[in-house]
Amino acid sequence: MDVLKKVPVREQEPKARATNFEEVCYGYNQEEAMEESMRCINCKNAKCIGGCPVSINIPGFIAKVKEGSFEEAYHIISESSALPAVCGRVCPQESQCEGRCIRGIKGEPVSIGKLERFVADWARENGIKPQPAKEKKNHKVAVIGSGPAGLTCAGDLAKMGYDVTIFEALHEAGGVLIYGIPEFRLPKQGVVEPEIENVKALGVKIETDVVIGKATTIDELMDEEGFEAVFIGSGAGLPKFMGIPGENANGVFSANEYLTRNNLMKAFRDDHDTPIFRGKKVAVVGGGNVAMDAARTALRLGAEVHIVYRRSEEELPARVEEVHHAKEEGIIFDLLTNPVEILADENGWVKGMRCIRMELGEPDASGRRRPVEIPGSEFELELDTVIMSLGTSPNPLISSTTEGLEVNRWKCIVADENNGKTTKEGVYAGGDAVTGAATVILAMGAGKAAAKGIDEYLSGK
Amino acid sequence: MYPITKAEKLADKIFLMDVVAPRIAKHCEPGQFIIAKTDEVGERIPLTICDYDREAGTITIVFQIVGASTERMSHLQVGDAFQDFVGPLGCPSEFVKEDMEELKKKKYLFVAGGVGTAPVYPQVKWLKEHGIEADVIMGAKTHDMLILEEKMRSVAGNLYVATDDGSYGFKGMVTGLIEELVKEKGNKYDVCVAIGPMIMMKFVCLLTKQLEIPTIVSLNPIMVDGTGMCGACRVTVGGEVKFACVDGPEFDGHLVNFDEAMKRQQMYKTEEGRAMLKLAEGDSHHGGCGHCGGDN
Repeated sequence: MDVLKKVPVREQEPKARATNFEEVCYGYNQEEAMEESMRCINCKNAKCIGGCPVSINIPGFIAKVKEGSFEEAYHIISESSALPAVCGRVCPQESQCEGRCIRGIKGEPVSIGKLERFVADWARENGIKPQPAKEKKNHKVAVIGSGPAGLTCAGDLAKMGYDVTIFEALHEAGGVLIYGIPEFRLPKQGVVEPEIENVKALGVKIETDVVIGKATTIDELMDEEGFEAVFIGSGAGLPKFMGIPGENANGVFSANEYLTRNNLMKAFRDDHDTPIFRGKKVAVVGGGNVAMDAARTALRLGAEVHIVYRRSEEELPARVEEVHHAKEEGIIFDLLTNPVEILADENGWVKGMRCIRMELGEPDASGRRRPVEIPGSEFELELDTVIMSLGTSPNPLISSTTEGLEVNRWKCIVADENNGKTTKEGVYAGGDAVTGAATVILAMGAGKAAAKGIDEYLSGK
Repeated sequence: MYPITKAEKLADKIFLMDVVAPRIAKHCEPGQFIIAKTDEVGERIPLTICDYDREAGTITIVFQIVGASTERMSHLQVGDAFQDFVGPLGCPSEFVKEDMEELKKKKYLFVAGGVGTAPVYPQVKWLKEHGIEADVIMGAKTHDMLILEEKMRSVAGNLYVATDDGSYGFKGMVTGLIEELVKEKGNKYDVCVAIGPMIMMKFVCLLTKQLEIPTIVSLNPIMVDGTGMCGACRVTVGGEVKFACVDGPEFDGHLVNFDEAMKRQQMYKTEEGRAMLKLAEGDSHHGGCGHCGGDN
């Protein structure tokens, strides 16, 4: 065994997986996990913990994996994370825990994400549950949104003994874990649903089909339903479009719509009613994780898929692993390319997209080199589907119906990042509703911080 | 689960149901809609609210069978339940928040086409409850397809009916009746609210623009989540892209790009679009083509 390298993880073969929705990565088995765990040198001043937004005791749980005490390893992770099977799959470990691993200086870091996933999967397969609070506190807390921020906040508060109810606008709990991230990256029945069941096992109640701001308001929850504190984890919001001609043509979708049809409504399955447009030639505009998810979904539905991104590969915001997987599966990357117009036929259906080549100029406000159009380089891509994956802007449903809740100039809710406190007493917020679109784990970190903030607030009452 | 306490057939393929949904019944206002999902595999279907009873905690919906999901929905009986029932979605009609004194000075004309009668009813009723009598035109293909006439009559000021075949009331389109009321009878209206098939709303708007009557329409584009998340319902209003689910569903009819909106609806509704859809959707195709019995 080469100690400088990670124990390789088994994956579904690219050609085969490009045509199905089964999970791409198989994860470690017991032997592989124990072998990989040996690579952890159990640093005294473990840098990895500081790289984790929810501060999991990483060397602690890995030490238990070394011993083969997987149940204990699970309880160590559970102290900090409500969704380890999810995080082990979708966290950008390379820029977090693994990015700080000492092993990484002279070789590959310890495969912390895959070990976390192994422990969580083992616990699930062996029926191990997180432990509910022994003492109940007589305080009701409402959590808005059952995505990563909400589930984490609710889970942490329930562990402290609070009486927590989550309100979810959609018909299923899980937020982006259910509607956004596809099955082949995060199995719903196998992984997400059991993790949500674990949160419920802590005593958290989940009420679906309730749109806060419409079916009821935060003020009513507090004044009439007896909730003493509220956490808003309502997520990212409305999809952005480019504002180019032809964008409302038939066959142009937001990545949100495309993914929601496929993931939440299960349009890829014959036994579900919701349809999805199966293009033959699809362009996904954007370079983030959501763009990769949409592209790989379209590929699995049978299309030739192009990622159209205005900067170069180096600037792709998606996780390295996602880009790697997408390429392996045959996604074509049209980099340094920007759409100018979507072309429609006489019936209003997409028939192509006019694009222009770009080159990188001076760094812009984000520190990345600004893409600049190359004059005269316009060309046409023949297409029948365009999926816009350009990020989102905040949903006004809650901010516009809650008096005293301040938003910033991007319309994101203003909240203290240390404790989630908003400008309204008893109301806390975190996740994409505060930061704009980010990652699952950052939302979980915010949910966790807010749980602590709420506990301090209610303990002082 | 959301139990059904009343289920009635109003006309061929048109059904009315009362559904227990206390949170929605407590908060809904005229102009808003709900999304219903019959069962695990069903679609999320946006439906207009026809009435609500805050005390009983019920919502009345009216829908027309257009495919498999609404067909399945039509078989639900008293005692059955919807798996999911979400709302109230969208913004209430503007008059709900208007200054009462100002509102009382205005003469409203409602134009309801087909199933569009259902969302018009709670608006007319709300006005009546606030002491304002509005005129209402109801349009249908034929007398048998006219729905909610008695209910509407009980809340409307003057009620006029137009049928395409002349089997009842005025013979012709609702636009013909508007012309008659305004041009021949000299009726004056400050606001027109037109709700019905897209093509009807388009032609009503063309006419009311000529007649200089500000007109509000309620759009029912394709939607998935209904909370602003998917953007499927985007429409161009006054050159700006709006999401019908959060910005609407009611818009200034004189600013709506109906041609684009109709094309977008065609994605699932015209013969050609349907055929194309069936081809394009392959195995995932479950409807909208108008042939296989699937829904939109």
